[in-house]
Amino acid sequence: MDVSHHLVVVFAKSFGLFYLLVMALAVLAYAFWPANRDRFDQAARDVVEDEDEPWA
Amino acid sequence: MVSALTTSERTGALAILFALLGAGVVMAASTATRSDPMGFHGYLVMLYALGVMVALLRGYFDAEPPSSRLEHYYDDPTKAGIILAMGWAVVGMFVGDWVAWLLAYPDLTFNSAWASFGRLRPVHTTGVIFGFGGNALIATSFHVMQRTSRARLPDQLSPWFVLLGYNLFCLIAVSGYLLGITQSKEYAEPEWYADVWLVVVWVTYLVLYLRTLARRKEPHIYVANWYYLAFILVVAILHIVNNLAVPASFAGAKSYSLFSGVQDAMTQWWYGHNAVAFFLTAGFLGMLYYFLPKRAERPIYSYRMSIVGFWGITFFYMWAGSHHLHYTALPQWVQTLGMTFSLMLLIPSWIAAANALLTLNGAWDRVRSDATLRFMMMAAVFYGLSTFEGSFMAIRSVNSLSHYTDWTIGHVHAGALGWVALITFGSIYALVPWLWKRDAMHSPALVEWHFWLAMAGTLIYVFSMWNSGIIQGLMWRTYNDGGTLSYSFLDTVEAMHPYYIARAIGGLLFLIGAVIACWNIWKTIVTPSPGAVSVADGQPLPSLLPAE
Repeated sequence: MDVSHHLVVVFAKSFGLFYLLVMALAVLAYAFWPANRDRFDQAARDVVEDEDEPWA
Repeated sequence: MVSALTTSERTGALAILFALLGAGVVMAASTATRSDPMGFHGYLVMLYALGVMVALLRGYFDAEPPSSRLEHYYDDPTKAGIILAMGWAVVGMFVGDWVAWLLAYPDLTFNSAWASFGRLRPVHTTGVIFGFGGNALIATSFHVMQRTSRARLPDQLSPWFVLLGYNLFCLIAVSGYLLGITQSKEYAEPEWYADVWLVVVWVTYLVLYLRTLARRKEPHIYVANWYYLAFILVVAILHIVNNLAVPASFAGAKSYSLFSGVQDAMTQWWYGHNAVAFFLTAGFLGMLYYFLPKRAERPIYSYRMSIVGFWGITFFYMWAGSHHLHYTALPQWVQTLGMTFSLMLLIPSWIAAANALLTLNGAWDRVRSDATLRFMMMAAVFYGLSTFEGSFMAIRSVNSLSHYTDWTIGHVHAGALGWVALITFGSIYALVPWLWKRDAMHSPALVEWHFWLAMAGTLIYVFSMWNSGIIQGLMWRTYNDGGTLSYSFLDTVEAMHPYYIARAIGGLLFLIGAVIACWNIWKTIVTPSPGAVSVADGQPLPSLLPAE
């Protein structure tokens, strides 16, 4: 198959746009999903309070 | 340190060292009949393997470590990594200041090839980026991955393999430059055999990180780990692709890149800019997101924003490299793509900078009294400033003024000194008393001195390069009424001279700060806390007898 410069450009501009937008939406949804709030707050607090030993 | 290894780990280490010794012998022997600089590296590898072997054998027949060691984190490699990072910092910054003076006084080469700018400059860049930055990243990542996973490293051999193997790569790299070995790719100068070795080391590092995460007791993977993992994974990809090459002979240093022409340039700057993104940004953001909240004793301002910022940085940076190739044979739309993504990068970059500074909101009194926290605060400020500057300079029309001038050097050092080095020093000052079980650094006053020397050095450096670069750029584009250039190239060199001297003085202040840090860290390590029972490797030492 002859892959022309033009074809690559069309693919990059269409698919590239699409997947970056979808990924951005997925990330925003994950970060701001209300059910995740407690988990994230907990994670941020746990680091500050970490202990000297690994958990058994 | 050897006594903490199990018998099978000691045997494994010995086997690896024999294999390394064998590789060194082959490298030296294959160049025996004719002169090739790779032969020197054969002897260097042999010497390195023998040196580590001596250290190993001196503790080889010690008693096995008690199984109670598994109830503690394994911090020996972190400690060694911090010391190595500080050693490389002094060497790398010393050579950096040397080449700064060399630019101001170009005759300082002693008529020797090894002392020319072209050979010394990569010693500086490799020394500070890979030697100082890389060791600091490896050391802190070992610390952070264990603490945030609440799990000990899965074994005790692979962290040493990663740390010592990585330092062997750095030694091969910088010694090779002095001999004239280079594949002429910026920040990827080492030749094929060093590159192959780094792949082995780096894949071990990635597997080690994943194995530790797989053992984690804390279900949530803290965001710092994501940044460190992005750093390790993407650097592996970048390194392998950019260094694809065919050796002219397996018995020599010279190789030929698989790429040529504009494809070579694009691959190199895809690598080069992502080295900035994933080596000098993502990894150090991992550091920031762990050590800043720890030191400030406040959770990160917005954990959600740290996640959004992470995905923005990882996916935008990948496309930004082509802004290094404005006005070249690279297709215009690829240049525009790089420029656009560079501008979009301002969003995740400022998310991280703002997140760090807002975390300190309410703890400003501590920033004022605690120089360690102030190092981290100023690192976040410089991160915000240099990412803004970077996005600005990626705009094609701005780039037409800034490219190939000292402005670029100023920008790089705003990031490297102001952001990367300051966050590293802050993290090390926080980490050293924790790891060696001290109440605080030996001399908090010297931490203050270091902070102000680093600050003065960075500002002098950056301001002199801004002046120099913009003057240079404007002189290059000034035409007279006849339509020809007003200034010759030598006119611009003369105009830059005073700024070169100022830059070298700024660099010297920064170097003095690093030397002070070394002394302070060393004194902290060797001086036990007054009244405290000293603890080595998690085992309490017998208390001193009253008669002593």
